[in-house]
Amino acid sequence: MRLAPSTSPYHPDAGLPRERNPNARPHGWQNPTARSPYDLLVIGAGPGGLVAARVAAAAGAQVALIEGHEIGGNCLNDGCLPSKTIIRSAQLYAEMRNAENFGVASPPEMPVDFAAAMERMRRIRVRLSRIDSAAHLTAEGVAVHFGLARFVGPDAVDVDGVRLRFKKALIATGTRAQLPEIDGLAEAGYITNEKVFNLRVPPPSVLVIGGGPLGCELAQAFARFGTRTLIAHSEPLFLPKEERDAAQMVSEALARDGVEIHLNCNVVSVRREGGGKRVKMMVEGNLSTTVVDEILTGIGRLPAVQGLDLEKAGVAYDVDAGIRVDDFLRTSNPRIYAAGDVCLEHQFTNTAEASARMAVRNALFLGRQRMSALTVPWCTYTDPQVAHVGLYVKQARELDIPVKTFTVPMHDVDRAIADGEEDGFVKIHVREGTDRILGATIVGRHAGELINHVALAMVARIGLRQLAGVVHAYPTQGDAIRQAAQACASSLASPLRAWLQRLWLRR
Amino acid sequence: MATHSTLPGDAVQADDDAMLERLQHAAFGYFSRHWNPANGLVADTSRPDSHSSIAVVGFALSAYPVAVERGWLTREEAVLRGLAALRFFWHSDQSGTPESTGRNGFYFHFLHMDSGTRAWRSELSLIDSALLLAGMLTAAAYFDAPTPDEAELRQLADDIYRRADWRWAQHDGAAVVHGWKPESGFLNYGWEGYSEAILLYVLGLGSPTHPLTEDSFEAWTATYQWENLYGEDFLYAGPLFIHQFSHAWIDFRGIRDRFMREKRCDYFENSRRATYVQREYAIRNPRSFVGFDADCWGLSAGDGPSVKPRRVAGRRQAFYGYAARGVPWGPDDGTISGPSTLASLVFAPEIVLPAVRQLLTRVAGEEGRAVHASGVNATARAAATSAKAAGWVSEGEFGLDQGMIVLMIENFRSGLLWQLTRSCPCIGTGLRRAGFRGGWLASATRPTRA
Repeated sequence: MRLAPSTSPYHPDAGLPRERNPNARPHGWQNPTARSPYDLLVIGAGPGGLVAARVAAAAGAQVALIEGHEIGGNCLNDGCLPSKTIIRSAQLYAEMRNAENFGVASPPEMPVDFAAAMERMRRIRVRLSRIDSAAHLTAEGVAVHFGLARFVGPDAVDVDGVRLRFKKALIATGTRAQLPEIDGLAEAGYITNEKVFNLRVPPPSVLVIGGGPLGCELAQAFARFGTRTLIAHSEPLFLPKEERDAAQMVSEALARDGVEIHLNCNVVSVRREGGGKRVKMMVEGNLSTTVVDEILTGIGRLPAVQGLDLEKAGVAYDVDAGIRVDDFLRTSNPRIYAAGDVCLEHQFTNTAEASARMAVRNALFLGRQRMSALTVPWCTYTDPQVAHVGLYVKQARELDIPVKTFTVPMHDVDRAIADGEEDGFVKIHVREGTDRILGATIVGRHAGELINHVALAMVARIGLRQLAGVVHAYPTQGDAIRQAAQACASSLASPLRAWLQRLWLRR
Repeated sequence: MATHSTLPGDAVQADDDAMLERLQHAAFGYFSRHWNPANGLVADTSRPDSHSSIAVVGFALSAYPVAVERGWLTREEAVLRGLAALRFFWHSDQSGTPESTGRNGFYFHFLHMDSGTRAWRSELSLIDSALLLAGMLTAAAYFDAPTPDEAELRQLADDIYRRADWRWAQHDGAAVVHGWKPESGFLNYGWEGYSEAILLYVLGLGSPTHPLTEDSFEAWTATYQWENLYGEDFLYAGPLFIHQFSHAWIDFRGIRDRFMREKRCDYFENSRRATYVQREYAIRNPRSFVGFDADCWGLSAGDGPSVKPRRVAGRRQAFYGYAARGVPWGPDDGTISGPSTLASLVFAPEIVLPAVRQLLTRVAGEEGRAVHASGVNATARAAATSAKAAGWVSEGEFGLDQGMIVLMIENFRSGLLWQLTRSCPCIGTGLRRAGFRGGWLASATRPTRA
């Protein structure tokens, strides 16, 4: 497997320096005069920090929000949102290529305009940040301070030489990219998910290291833009958290899009060679070499706890697991709470926001809300998407909960057939013999939208059997959930009643 | 020998037993054509220069008793064939080097037919070693005469079984690893969910020398998924062979482990339901392949066409060559595994017999061709052939397929293999240690302390 270094205009630094989003960090911003002490001091203006600052300010609290880089955090600037806009463009290229499947003639030529897709992404990023602009937040009563915060005591931080005191604080600093330890990687160069969105020219070939959600999403997107894409993952299946069938479907989808898949594979070394990078990979003792133009990695994340001087505030943390919090999100310093990726296992925007709301309530208003009571759905935006909520079967079985799964393949759903979107399924797990929903996994074009129905039922404690009585709009892909509910209702039907009905009909 | 008959009357046709006899006898012919008398090894496939698969040797060893009962082989000849293999494995190189035959009492998946050393840089395979050992124990249970040859065969089978160090295979937690390679150590396959490994666990738990720990079976079954699909409640696995392999040896009717007690089912009934799920899938035929219907179904691991993608029902369809096909998530390229369809005979003869009859008509002039071939595919027709041609048929035959045909038809006709393993004390011990209770196990003999 060898590709000659290309002669394309791609250069790792061909991406211009990232233009600053004027909303996310305005030019010439003057930090406000510190009021002391703040009722709530929030460190980090990502999704969690923003929600916390807004909720507290709306309730009348004096709130300071400190951001070291740009408002919006990883999600808006370098994470889920930019990737979703790119995925949308890539999906359209894939659909144009496969137009014949839908009885539509493919365009005779399909030049890929990568720069235009990236421009669209930047436009959307700016548009989304309007509502969270520093000026807007200030108008809502939040004192926005740009600068790096470090604790100087149990009730005070220093922001670029200015001391800010607080009654309560919330740490919502999120995560930073984690680089795999690979010989020669740093010297040969690579891009992370933070830098990838600065590209103007697509690399002719790219190796994605790491097959978690973001790695799979970006690998598929690059392949659909026409980049020769390889993905190396150290485990036997992608998306290690997800159930086997779901991970397998993602693997097949990536292969269909032309991604070269290397599972159970460790990248052992990288060397710069000509204009490209020579990569050695090891699979079950077999060494192979390939040459690519770019490497995309750093997709694993580590909690951003460095530089905060947490020791001075008496906040216990772990470099890998992040800040230690109890079920009420309180750290080892009772004045200080944490929320979002910096302290939670599930590193999602929705979880960050929900935990931030909870932390504000617990910190300022004597709340006793528990993190463990939260039902959190999540989704990987490959095509098909993989969405999950609640328990996995394996987790339920480990808890000794008898579990039964109602499975509806998308190829049994009229609307999915009509849409040519039959790859996927709805699997809803219930406690055996009951209709209590324990969790669900959905794979499909719109899995992220469908999983919300199941999350709603779980939070509202609606049993699966009851959902069978909810007439769904027809034809919709959400009908898969009704079909699962119908199967559940049938399986719970009383044999006595069935016998009586037969008797009645034969009277 | 009496015909095993639990069939609804109209499912059996008068000539079914004769048809099954022909198919079974023809399948056994594979083991006579593709074995090496010097070491008892049997080729993986009938294709030129095929290596030996240790699993196929296990099937051959189990098929010899059938051949004796059916009069296709003399008892003496069968014993000599078995002895050749057992002597070879007992004396084989167990150093674990890349050129050896195995280590820790287990064996590499593929061996050179002549030398018996590792072929293709294949893995030391736990499941294939288990299938081999099952064959040895079956032969030992059948050849019970007090002749020197039969006594030697029994002794060797016992020695080889006792040599297997199952505890070594619990490398990463309680569950058994998939395999090992001299170049890279233990394999990382994420061997999760229900699979054919139940036989492996029973043999490992039943070992009198180096048994698996009791938590191994629970650790593995923790990954089971009990699903309601197409109206059937069953322990899900996609490919048919998973629902069949362990049943070639062990009679799972009426015996239940903790999981099956919870589900009020047993593994035999589960395989029956899985067979129906396969048929339901073919009736739906979501990818609109040629030929799939109520009497043409059966997706499993096996050979398939390696031809260029072509348009099927308006979309681009790739063909996967050798693959573990399964329902309902695929991979599916329109390939039916005839041997797997037939091997479900014990579970659901009422739907298997009509499907087999239809397969028999698939290749004009060669009655059993579509049943013995690893795969048939009417969608991937070679462009040159006429629209009426049967479609693509896998070249030659695979040993595993022929073994399953011989054993499963025999279990349907007489239950011979089930009776033989019922008399193996280690199988009973293994089942009990895995938590199985009830049924025939309640009255089965318990081993005396060795």
